[in-house]
Amino acid sequence: MSTHTHGAPPTNGPSLADLRKCVHCGICLPQCPTYVTLGEEMDSPRGRIYLMRAAAEGRIGLTETLTHHLDLCLGCRACETTCPSGVPFGRLLEETRGRIERETPRRGWLDRVIYAVFPDPTRVGRALRLHDLYERSGARRLLRTSRVLDRFPRLRALEALAPDRRDARAGTPLPEFIPAAGKRRGRVGLLTGCVQRHLYPGVNRDTARLLSLAGWDVVIPASQPCCGALELHAGRLDTFRARARDLAAAFPADVDWIVTNAAGCGSAMKEYDHWLDAPAARRMALMTKDVSELLADAELALGRLDVTVTYHDACHLAHGQRIRVEPRALLRRIPGLKLVDLAESDLCCGSAGVYNLQHPEIADQLLERKVARIAETGARVIAAGNLGCLMQIAKGCRERGLDVEVVHPVELLARAADRAVEVSS
Amino acid sequence: MTVSSSLVTELERIVGASGIVTSHEGRMTYECDMHVFYKGEPDVVVLPADREQVQAVVRACRAAAVPIIPRGSGTGLIGGAMAPIGGVMIGLNRMTRILDIDVRNRCAVVEPGLINLMLTKAVAARGWFFAPDPSSQMVSSIGGNVSTNAGGPHCLKYGITTNHVLGLEIVTSRGDVLRLGGKVADRPGYDLTGAAIGAEGTFGVVTAVTVRLLHVPEAVKTILATFSDIETASEAVSAIIAAGIIPAALEMLDDVMIRAIEEGIGAGYPKDAGAVLLIELDGPAAEVTVQADHVAAICRARDSLDVRVARDDAERALLWKGRKEAAGAIGRIAPSFLLQDAVVPRSKLPQIMREMRAISERHRVLFANVFHAGDGNLHPLICYDESNGDELERAKAANEELLLACIALGGSVTGEHGIGFDKARHLTLQYAEADLNFMYRLRRAFDPDGLMNPRKLLPSHPACGEGFRPHRPALPEGTWV
Repeated sequence: MSTHTHGAPPTNGPSLADLRKCVHCGICLPQCPTYVTLGEEMDSPRGRIYLMRAAAEGRIGLTETLTHHLDLCLGCRACETTCPSGVPFGRLLEETRGRIERETPRRGWLDRVIYAVFPDPTRVGRALRLHDLYERSGARRLLRTSRVLDRFPRLRALEALAPDRRDARAGTPLPEFIPAAGKRRGRVGLLTGCVQRHLYPGVNRDTARLLSLAGWDVVIPASQPCCGALELHAGRLDTFRARARDLAAAFPADVDWIVTNAAGCGSAMKEYDHWLDAPAARRMALMTKDVSELLADAELALGRLDVTVTYHDACHLAHGQRIRVEPRALLRRIPGLKLVDLAESDLCCGSAGVYNLQHPEIADQLLERKVARIAETGARVIAAGNLGCLMQIAKGCRERGLDVEVVHPVELLARAADRAVEVSS
Repeated sequence: MTVSSSLVTELERIVGASGIVTSHEGRMTYECDMHVFYKGEPDVVVLPADREQVQAVVRACRAAAVPIIPRGSGTGLIGGAMAPIGGVMIGLNRMTRILDIDVRNRCAVVEPGLINLMLTKAVAARGWFFAPDPSSQMVSSIGGNVSTNAGGPHCLKYGITTNHVLGLEIVTSRGDVLRLGGKVADRPGYDLTGAAIGAEGTFGVVTAVTVRLLHVPEAVKTILATFSDIETASEAVSAIIAAGIIPAALEMLDDVMIRAIEEGIGAGYPKDAGAVLLIELDGPAAEVTVQADHVAAICRARDSLDVRVARDDAERALLWKGRKEAAGAIGRIAPSFLLQDAVVPRSKLPQIMREMRAISERHRVLFANVFHAGDGNLHPLICYDESNGDELERAKAANEELLLACIALGGSVTGEHGIGFDKARHLTLQYAEADLNFMYRLRRAFDPDGLMNPRKLLPSHPACGEGFRPHRPALPEGTWV
């Protein structure tokens, strides 16, 4: 746990010692999506740290204005990547949000829906079946053409995010065990993700297959609770800790690694050791790997894909887990694939967990910017290693008429692996 | 609150609801720049989008006789962008457009909020760059660079901001728009552009800057020379300059600073070195090769323990990243620091280094050194922890003593950071009464009502604006010479 020095608040708030590491140099400012968008000091990392420190030192209370400026933070942690003094911004934000959550709890209708549904795979499934009905009945078309939702921006954001057509295989769960193909390297557990398993089941399928091809036995427990990332980022620390303990218990003890293909989940799981004392959860932090890390040195037979691809750095991969090289290197291994640079590749796309539902105006400005950068590359495919980014960028391309395919890197790798099989047979 | 609600309403009408900050929490984040020691919360912050809005804001403030404080990215080191007596702060960081890039005439016109490095990024593909490179260049604004006449590592060869500004557009406190200088280098009459550079917002609000662009040199070599201590490294600096070589940059870092950088950034500096020199040579390839050999030979002759040349651009960039983010990395060592910016004649460098060590020991405070050795501009970061007894008082005393030592050696109170709130009182050490009074009169010519950035740049004086009576502290004798 973080160490508290003199003057620290009696409650379990942010570490004053960590807050005081900020020397106010401002190097974080141009990296911050909200500062870039709003141009205001209190919506920059430096300004937010200043406010969090003022609150921790008792100069100001946990006021609505303070909460507002912290709420506007996407939690992308780009500031952490760039901070020369090593201020652990993400943790400070989560701890401060935790204090706000305890001392001045708030519950709007949207938050109630979000935290009741998203961290529960069964409820996500039910909600999506309702959504399918809504789409097939023609109600969606009616609602969109009537523009009645324009008066409810957050409801509209929720409505716009769901993809038009879902993967037909969504309902079929993966088997609980997939044996290694070829030379066996060990045994891994696969996190299927609460929303991911319903909306992008193909990504899980491809991940499992690639891991198997790379020599891993893949264990996929059918009953997997949520990793708690959404709650951690919102400062709902008690719920987060409970979920972390449950998740750790859901995986067998004999796996070498636990693999995720969702940056947000991976980032939270890798930090379990900071937040929990439970040995199983702490062990899980050390065992968690993003799929790109585990495939980085795998021998994979990859066939040719003649396509120009660009890559977006998901915040919780690039900033949260410091993973930038591996996904790019994997894509470059595909023969014929041309990987082109994306300007501002590590600037948040506006998704940020459920941020795009809570603050659609800012999220849309960031998305606009992201789509413009993608269009500049001329690439036909954009790859990103996080479910939230995939949904957000797909929505942006759809709404702006940009004909670009939005995929997880494992989908391209799986296609290349298919191609290799076709060629050899 | 010196600002009436009718003025707030008027300001909001000018800049819109999204361009004004009135909440206590919001204003609080504008109460200091990187010199967090001095705090002064503005009564209102406005974030204008263009010159017309700046002009309207300034006119409204003048009608209400309210102080005006311009601010760029808030990275200054002198307490220049804070509001000691309240007033309206004008944040220029939303005015970031590049208005014109004219490579045929080797210049560009930019708005003041544009981040320094963004200009170089915009013209780099065409082979050009903007030379002033303060360490904060990845975040500091060109308007702020102009206002403090900022320097940087490469100013040793290329000169400071004033050498790269051809023209300025300034909105004065009366709301007039002055256009000083311009694309044509030689303008008849008084050089008011020169006078307005380094004015720290006391002449008005800079709303556009015409800057010189330079062509990227053919070759660059970066050398890292390691020494056992800072005094030996200082001797090598003097020898390089005495040999008639003008490196593009000649930077010194001491052991404390190296430790902070390596912990924070991992730039590849030798962790056990007492001091390193970062020496950069640029120009035609043939010349750079010869000079690099010469510099390496000088360093070895002056007891350098190791001399290595950066193998590629990546290694070079990493060494520079370490240097540029040094002050930011100090948070790894101490929660707070005072940053000195005094200058000594280059030949006095070894002497002031010995004196600095003595001062550090006398006051029991940690000094971290990172500075432009080539032009004798010192930047010791004097570390302190406010909560640790009288450490702040000791740091302040050490800071003051070092400053006086530099002046006694024929130096200056500031090299490139500016004067601001922090060093105004020290000008009396360097200027005679008549000089300071003349500066007051010049300031009043631009700002007759005395509204622009009050309490900055010049020491305080009787309200009538004339008859300045400086208090002259007596210099302690002998201890440092």
